[in-house]
Amino acid sequence: MSKNTVSDRFRKVDVDEYDENKFVDEEEGGENQLGPDEAEVDSLIRQYPSLFTRQHDRAEGLVLKVLSSFKSTDIEKGVQSLDKNGVDLLMKYIYKGFEQPSENSSAVLLQWHEKALSAGGVGCIVRVLTARKTV
Amino acid sequence: MGFQDLRVFNPRPADHEKAAMSYHSFLLEPISCHAWNKDRTQIAMCPNNHEVHIYKKEGSNWNKIHVLKEHNGQVTGIDWAPESNRIVTCGTDRNAYVWTLKGDAWKPTLVILRINRAARCVKWSPKENKFAVGSGSRLISVCYFEQDNDWWVCKHIKKPIRSTILCLDWHPNNVLLAAGSCDFKCRIFSAYIKEVEEKPAPTAWGSKMPFGEVMFESTGTAGWVHGVCFSDSGNRVAWASHDSTVAVAEGGKTAVCASLTSETLPLLCVTFITENSLVAAGHDCYPVLFVYDSNKAALSFGGKLDVPKQSAQKGMTARERFQNLDKKATTDSKEAVLESLHKNSISQISILNGGKARCAKFCTTGMDGGMAIWDVKTLESAMKDLKIV
Repeated sequence: MSKNTVSDRFRKVDVDEYDENKFVDEEEGGENQLGPDEAEVDSLIRQYPSLFTRQHDRAEGLVLKVLSSFKSTDIEKGVQSLDKNGVDLLMKYIYKGFEQPSENSSAVLLQWHEKALSAGGVGCIVRVLTARKTV
Repeated sequence: MGFQDLRVFNPRPADHEKAAMSYHSFLLEPISCHAWNKDRTQIAMCPNNHEVHIYKKEGSNWNKIHVLKEHNGQVTGIDWAPESNRIVTCGTDRNAYVWTLKGDAWKPTLVILRINRAARCVKWSPKENKFAVGSGSRLISVCYFEQDNDWWVCKHIKKPIRSTILCLDWHPNNVLLAAGSCDFKCRIFSAYIKEVEEKPAPTAWGSKMPFGEVMFESTGTAGWVHGVCFSDSGNRVAWASHDSTVAVAEGGKTAVCASLTSETLPLLCVTFITENSLVAAGHDCYPVLFVYDSNKAALSFGGKLDVPKQSAQKGMTARERFQNLDKKATTDSKEAVLESLHKNSISQISILNGGKARCAKFCTTGMDGGMAIWDVKTLESAMKDLKIV
């Protein structure tokens, strides 16, 4: 004869928690080490909105100005004067510029893109896509 | 199940006694992975499904002699141990099987890898008493046979791997293991198993090698590491990353990674053919040569290894010119046809003769379902600027 059938506390036990083979997603620890703490950065950006993003935008604006000021015929020479890392960096800025097209920027950037492509090859564009540091 | 229609053709004219390369179209689907037996008469490959097919070369034909059916998911890695004649396979069903030839059939033995994601690559160790499996569970399973229980057991290498392991290669000392991962790093781990081997002697990568110890971790390249390879001596390791770079690191020279950013699409596989020369291949569908200069710790591009067919240069009509100009903003028509031997990305490269020190022939398989065999000497003489040091 079974006794003590009144208690049903056992029904509230989550048996899956005790499953040895249960997959525990451990990625949280790893991700935090890679970049700055999201919450911290978020609050800092809110406090000083001008600082962080502006720097990048200003740099991009500057680069765009320089690129536009080149004569079409000089673009090729400009690209030749860069080393491999320079061409990769140039390509990054070109693509960044594509993201926010303004008046005449796309046409100029496309000319630069053509010359940079012949210098850096497809690998250069792949590096823009896979780079961990963006401009 | 009859024989498949296997076409064997040599499109390149035989100016030399031996063709620089030969191509066999096995399938219409990609060849997921392949492995050769010891005397290179048989090749085991996965035709992009759950099976492994073994083909045997008879005369000039490739005949399918075995079909290995046990996996419940795509077979992602095959390795054939030359001395003990055992095949190990791993797949997306999170399992690995060790196959032994009993009479006329291959019999599988399940190996519990204790992973909860797909297995991605597998390699026998040089002494064939262990094998390592890389998986999406962000760890490497090093498996060895336990005599007492008549059973394969495995140990895990977990730290500090943060993403899928895509490729593995063993050091000749049977202990060190190079692993390329999706967390953008190439690492060398110690896979020392005290149950099956003696303590290893010091190497260029270090002298203390407890199981799981990180002997080397790469810096400087971004992108998933698709292919990794130790040189014949084991003192150098090369890896190919998704950011279109190839890099070489030398043990003992701390933190010296020579890397080369290439102009091509990412490379998927890389192997040493001499102590100083590497051959790599990938999404551009042709193998390329790289040369490593140890004194300068620099890597340089050695040349494209695909001798192109002399395609008939037909003149372009004015109409075609304008069409090209309209569609592609250029009158250059050379991009239209892929002139390389492989018509799709090359996913794996393996050494056939000569080992990694003096490779005479290597083989590539790819997503076009074809297998090409490249003869190094003939390639060297066919291409004027090519020099394999």
